[in-house]
Amino acid sequence: MLQRDYTTSQLDVLEAEAIHIMREVAAEFERPCLLFSGGKDSIVMLRIAEKAFWPAPIPFPLMHVDTGHNFDEVIEFRDRRVEELGAKLIVASVQESIDQGRVAEQTGRRASRNRLQTTTLLDAIEANRNDAVFGGARRDEEKARAKERVFSFRDEFGQWDPKNQRPELWNLYNGRIAQGEHIRVFPLSNWTELDVWDYIRREGIEIPSIYFAHTRKVFERDGMLLPDADVVQRGDDEPLFEAVVRYRTVGDMTCTGAVQSTAATVEEIIEEIAATRITERGATRADDRASEAAMEDRKREGYF
Amino acid sequence: MDILRFATAGSVDDGKSTLIGRLLFDSKAIFEDQLEAVERTSRDRGTEYTDLSLLTDGLRAEREQGITIDVAYRYFATPRRKFIIADTPGHIQYTRNMVTGASTADLAIILIDARKGVLEQSRRHAFLTSLLRVPHLVLAVNKMDLVDYSQERFEEIREEFTAFASKLNVADLTFIPISALNGDNVVSRSENMPWYQGTSLLHHLENVHIASDRNLTDVRFPVQYVIRPQRATDHAFHDYRGYAGQVAGGVLKPGDEVVHLPSGLTTRIASIDTFDGPVEEAFPPMSVTLRFEDDLDISRGDMIARPNNQPQAAQDLEAMVCWMADTSKLTPRSKLTIKHTTRTARALVRDLQYRLDVNTLHRDEEATALGLNEIGRVTLRVTQPLFVDDYGRNRLTGGFILIDETSNSTVAAGMVIDSR
Repeated sequence: MLQRDYTTSQLDVLEAEAIHIMREVAAEFERPCLLFSGGKDSIVMLRIAEKAFWPAPIPFPLMHVDTGHNFDEVIEFRDRRVEELGAKLIVASVQESIDQGRVAEQTGRRASRNRLQTTTLLDAIEANRNDAVFGGARRDEEKARAKERVFSFRDEFGQWDPKNQRPELWNLYNGRIAQGEHIRVFPLSNWTELDVWDYIRREGIEIPSIYFAHTRKVFERDGMLLPDADVVQRGDDEPLFEAVVRYRTVGDMTCTGAVQSTAATVEEIIEEIAATRITERGATRADDRASEAAMEDRKREGYF
Repeated sequence: MDILRFATAGSVDDGKSTLIGRLLFDSKAIFEDQLEAVERTSRDRGTEYTDLSLLTDGLRAEREQGITIDVAYRYFATPRRKFIIADTPGHIQYTRNMVTGASTADLAIILIDARKGVLEQSRRHAFLTSLLRVPHLVLAVNKMDLVDYSQERFEEIREEFTAFASKLNVADLTFIPISALNGDNVVSRSENMPWYQGTSLLHHLENVHIASDRNLTDVRFPVQYVIRPQRATDHAFHDYRGYAGQVAGGVLKPGDEVVHLPSGLTTRIASIDTFDGPVEEAFPPMSVTLRFEDDLDISRGDMIARPNNQPQAAQDLEAMVCWMADTSKLTPRSKLTIKHTTRTARALVRDLQYRLDVNTLHRDEEATALGLNEIGRVTLRVTQPLFVDDYGRNRLTGGFILIDETSNSTVAAGMVIDSR
């Protein structure tokens, strides 16, 4: 008999690892929830959840932290996907946090609700008594994330302490917590941006239309293309123009830039990413440009 | 394309960051904006060269103190393979980080400065690699440019290290003379060392055979989660009962006779299910759902094996442990939580047989405790049987963690010694 090699592709290995992580959480926690924004990473994470528990439904609700500044296409996509799955969606609203005086809206041209999301998220975690929260963050995104655990411990204030992380060995995850603490769980930790796109292609997963090239009215700020929208304040020195663009990441309209691109299919996007020389966050996120440790600081406070 | 996970050990002085920077840069995994940020920071600090260690040292404290304090994971790919680097700091106070990084590694690269030769630190890294049973070890003899690319120097180091490694469990040991700074033998073969007949480091990483490192012989399936849909709307699955988990060893096929532990009852696999349909076989590291021909009482923490090939059901364990907590010590009578595969129980430390000096391999039998980063052999008594294999035979069914019951921290990594 011929010796078989039993090789597995990188996507199979990453998928098996992510499924294992999700099942650990479902088995060991009382009230997990999955952060679902309608962005590509959370869409992939949702598909993994579907696979992990099939033929049973996903045994936890989804949560979206809605800044109120989201793209219509993404919200429409989010709601459709939730309905298809028969899942429960919790919407945590930044607008409500503002109305309740929990946070103060920033003012000025560069006002963004990005940082305000943290309070809304932590309030929602507390209100829903979530002991585990799945996030779609990947370690290749940013250097502070490169050091974060798959099971990332958060104290009763929702804070991350990078110097006091639990060692993580083999495929054994420590989910022990005290009352009021929680664990952020990142099943896609070992995926790269390209892995996510390869997986979307292989699985034939639908994604919101704004990921594909389209014509849009935009203006330029700090080398980024921001959209023409009511919630984005534009100065007189920032003229609008039409461009063929797509989004590499999907976030808040006020701080997520589009890239000029003609990639209209998943295959073309993969080609484009394989050739690109700029990271996705560097290209499209004003929030990460604030300082060298911008992400680390936000993560310490309890950001995604 | 498959995945190779490798750990790198060494200090900044050995050129580790330069090597990683080069691998990432030459495989185009470093982007312009990342490089610009590093160049800007290097300039701000008055460094003359672009300090590639800034790419991997991600935390504020690390940049401020110029040290690496944690395991950083890095990713790059070539057309042949995807690579996950667990980049671990080299100093003795970071032994726990190296143990963590090595636990999942297929391969470890230990860097040696050709001028300094085999140091205490190199021996410690080799020992940890062996303790964690990393299947492949590469000794990268770096800074060859500073010893005039001397074959004699390389051979000296090779001989000294080989003599030391013969005392360890190293299955596959490869020596590569490199200069990370100049790129000699990193991505392509160097013209400066015509006497070297081997391959470049990257070529070795791309081609080292890892598929048979997994245990494909002993069937081990730790039951992780029971799937019972009971979805009123979906009558087809009303009576469905599947046992989900990740295969930890062997090859499972429908029709195979299996034994359920702890009951010892046997049944046959009726089907191996996945979201994408049933599959004809399952092997590590696949995550699947098993259904059985008989209705057995099976729950999380149980183990599926073959009737004629079972793990040891042990309540008394012999193990090597690495203590990872800085605020407490392991002592005889310590009570801890143990997590092994999908089973969690309580454990009592019955005996500390010896503490091992990781530099000299000397066994101190007088030791009464293990502190941070110390390694020793212990006997544990567990509240319920664990289904274990010798760690050298299967890392997934031989490895466990210990958790402090007050702080909930992970305080130790353990490796089972089958003393039967």
